[in-house]
Amino acid sequence: MLTPPAESSGTQHPGPPDGARPVVIVPPGRWSLPRFGQLWESREVFLRFGARDLTLRYRQTALGIIWVVLQPLLTAGVFTLVFGSVAKLPHGTVPYFLLSYAGMLAWNVFSGIVSRGTGSLVTNASLVSKVYFPRVLVPLSTAYAVVVDFAIALVLMAVLLAGYGVNPGWAVLALPVWVVLLVLLASGVTVITAGLTVRYRDMQYIVPFVLQLLLYASPIAYSPAAVPARYHLLFDLNPLAWILQEFRWSLIRQPLPPAWQLAASAAVSVGVFVGGMFVFERMERGFADVI
Amino acid sequence: MTAAGKPNGGDQPQILEPPPRAPMQPSPAVTVTGLSKSYRIAHHADAPVTATEALLARVRHPFTRMERETFDALRDVSFEIPWGSVVGLIGRNGAGKSTLLKILTRVTAPTSGRIVMGGRVGSLLEIGTGFHPELTGRENVYLNGTLLGMRRSEIRSRFDDIVTFAGVERFLDTQVKRYSTGMYVRLAFAVAAHLESEVMAVDEVLAVGDADFQAKCLEKLREVARGGRTVLLVSHQAQTIVDLCDSALYLERGSLRYQGAVDGALEEYRNSYRRIRDAGLDASTRPGSGEVRFTSVRAERDLYAASDEKVVHLEVSANPELAGRYWLVAHVLDDLGTIVAQCDSRVLGFWLEPDRPATCELRLRTPWLKPGSYTVDAFAVRASDRIDVWQAATHFDVLPDPPYPVATSSEATDRGVVFADFTYERC
Repeated sequence: MLTPPAESSGTQHPGPPDGARPVVIVPPGRWSLPRFGQLWESREVFLRFGARDLTLRYRQTALGIIWVVLQPLLTAGVFTLVFGSVAKLPHGTVPYFLLSYAGMLAWNVFSGIVSRGTGSLVTNASLVSKVYFPRVLVPLSTAYAVVVDFAIALVLMAVLLAGYGVNPGWAVLALPVWVVLLVLLASGVTVITAGLTVRYRDMQYIVPFVLQLLLYASPIAYSPAAVPARYHLLFDLNPLAWILQEFRWSLIRQPLPPAWQLAASAAVSVGVFVGGMFVFERMERGFADVI
Repeated sequence: MTAAGKPNGGDQPQILEPPPRAPMQPSPAVTVTGLSKSYRIAHHADAPVTATEALLARVRHPFTRMERETFDALRDVSFEIPWGSVVGLIGRNGAGKSTLLKILTRVTAPTSGRIVMGGRVGSLLEIGTGFHPELTGRENVYLNGTLLGMRRSEIRSRFDDIVTFAGVERFLDTQVKRYSTGMYVRLAFAVAAHLESEVMAVDEVLAVGDADFQAKCLEKLREVARGGRTVLLVSHQAQTIVDLCDSALYLERGSLRYQGAVDGALEEYRNSYRRIRDAGLDASTRPGSGEVRFTSVRAERDLYAASDEKVVHLEVSANPELAGRYWLVAHVLDDLGTIVAQCDSRVLGFWLEPDRPATCELRLRTPWLKPGSYTVDAFAVRASDRIDVWQAATHFDVLPDPPYPVATSSEATDRGVVFADFTYERC
C-alpha cells in the first residue's frame, strides 16, 4: 500500500528533510481498498483538472457559456412540443415545459458526467502512462465542469419558475441532497466505464447508446404519471427515475416519492460510488501497461 | 557488485558504496529490495482486443486461462542509494532502465519486491507531460506543477523562478500551442526542476533543447544534488552520465549487474557486447513476436578504415503464414551505447515479403566513424509490431587512423562525434 506523499512543510529542507515521510512501494494486493485519504491529499489535481475542462470547453467558442442554457432549453422545448402537444401526455397541474426542463436539468448532470468521463482516461493517456497521481481523479473531475453547468442552468430554472408563477416552497432546500446523490451515482458509473475503456474501446460505442436508451426509458421528457400501470415495476427499479422525482418534488411541487425510494436512492448512489471506486482500484494496476 | 538478494538490515542498512558527498544519514534515500516486474504478453493472434472477443473467449474456454507469455522487465533488483548522490542508470535498450524509473515514480506497480523512499519522488519522465496545447503558459505551469505533486502555494512561491529559468516571461499568457519547441521544453523542464521533491527521477529529457539550455539543466540537477537531494538519471548519452553522475547502476536484461563508480559501469557496458550477442544467438530467447527471425547478421569485415564503406549481411527466415510485408532496421552503436546511425529500410522504400527467406546487405557509406568498437542491433518490424530484435547481433572495429590526407596531432580530429566529409575552398 502506498502512503500519501509527504506534506509540504513550507520551509526548504534540502536533502533528507525532517518533514519528509517515507514512501513504501509494494505490489498491490488482489483487492485493495480505495485510498480515500490519498484522494483528499490530491484534491488540487481534481480542481485543476476540472478547471482545465471548463476553460477548454468554452475557449474559442462564440457563444461560450450560453450553450449551457441553450441546450436544455431547446431540448425541453422539443419535448414539450412532441410529448406535451403532439402526444398529449398528462402532466398534472405544472406547465409541461417546466416538467421537462426540470427533467433535463437532472439528466444533463448524469449524462454529462458519464459521457465525458468514459473516454477521459484514454484522452489523457500520456498522463496516465507518464506521471503518478490517483488516476481515478481523471474521470471523477468531469463532475466539476458538469456541476458548474448545472448551477448556471439552475439560475434559468429560477427565472422560469418566477415567470410561470410556480413557488417550489421549502422543498427546494433539499435540492443539494439530490444533486449529491445524482453526482455520486453518475461518478460511480463513469469510473467503471472509464476504466473499462482503457482495455476495451467498445465502451465508447456502448455508453452513448445506453445513455440514449436511458433518456427515453427514464421519466425525463414525461411525467411518471403518464406511465401505464403495467410498466410501473420497471420504473420503480430505475434509480434515475427516483432521483428525477426527487428533483421535481424540490423544484415544481410534484409528489414526494415513497419513503423506500428515498432510502434506496441514497443507498444505491453511495453503493454505486463506493463499488465503482473498488472496481477502479482493481483495474487501475494495469493501466500504465495497457493504455 | 551484483544484484544478489540482500536482506533488508532494518534501521541500519549497510551502504553498498562509499557515499560520495553524502551527509551522515540513518537511512538511505532509496532502498530497493528484490524488485521484479513482469509483463504478461499475449500473442497477437489470440489476444482479445474487444470486449466481445474477451467475453467469447471466456465462454468457449471457461476453465482455461489465456495462454500468456511472461516477460521479465526486471528481475530481483536490489540496491540502495544514499542521499545527495546523482546516480546514472546505464543499459541497452530494453534492459529495464525506464521500467525501473516508472516503478520508482509509481507510474506502474512492481510485481514483487519492496521499495522504501525517504520522501517525495518527482519525475521528469517525458518533457511536457501534462501540458495542454490549448492552455496558456501560466495555466500549464499550475496544471503541470499540481500533477507533479506541488501545492498551489508552492507553485505560487516559485512561479517567478520557474518563468525566469525558462525565459518565457513575455509569453505567459499565450497558449503553449503557439510556443516554439524550445520554449515548450524549457518551460516543462523548469516546472519539474523546481519541484522540491526529495528524490528526482529524470529520463532522457536532457537530449532536447539547445546546448545552452542543456548546460543550464545539468547545472540545475547538480544544484539539486548539492542540496542533499537525490537524482536518478537515465540517459543514452554516456557523456551526460560521466559529466553529472557520481555513481551508476548497470542493468542488463532486467538484472542489476553492477553498482558503483561511473567508469566501472561504463566498462561493464562495453564488456557486455559478447554476453549479449551470445544470449541472442538462440533466436527463441530474443524479444519480438518471432514470426520471422534473423538467421545471420554479420559484418563483412572485422576491421574497417574510418572512410570505408561498412557492409553488414543480414539473413532472415521465411514464414508463408505471415501476411503483409516487413522492413528492417539496423542501429549502429558506439562502445558507450550511443546510436550513431539509424538505418531504417522504410526511408528507402525497401520492404521484404515474408513468403521466402531474405538475404540482404546494408551498405553504410557515411558517416565516417571514429576509431573504436561498434555493435549493430538488428530489428525486423511490421506495422507497429517488432518481429525480431537482435541486440549486438554483430560488431566491427574502426582503425585508429583519421581519414584525412594530412596527418596532424589528434587534437585536430578528436572533438566531433563522427569524422565529417568536408572541404574548404577559396571563393
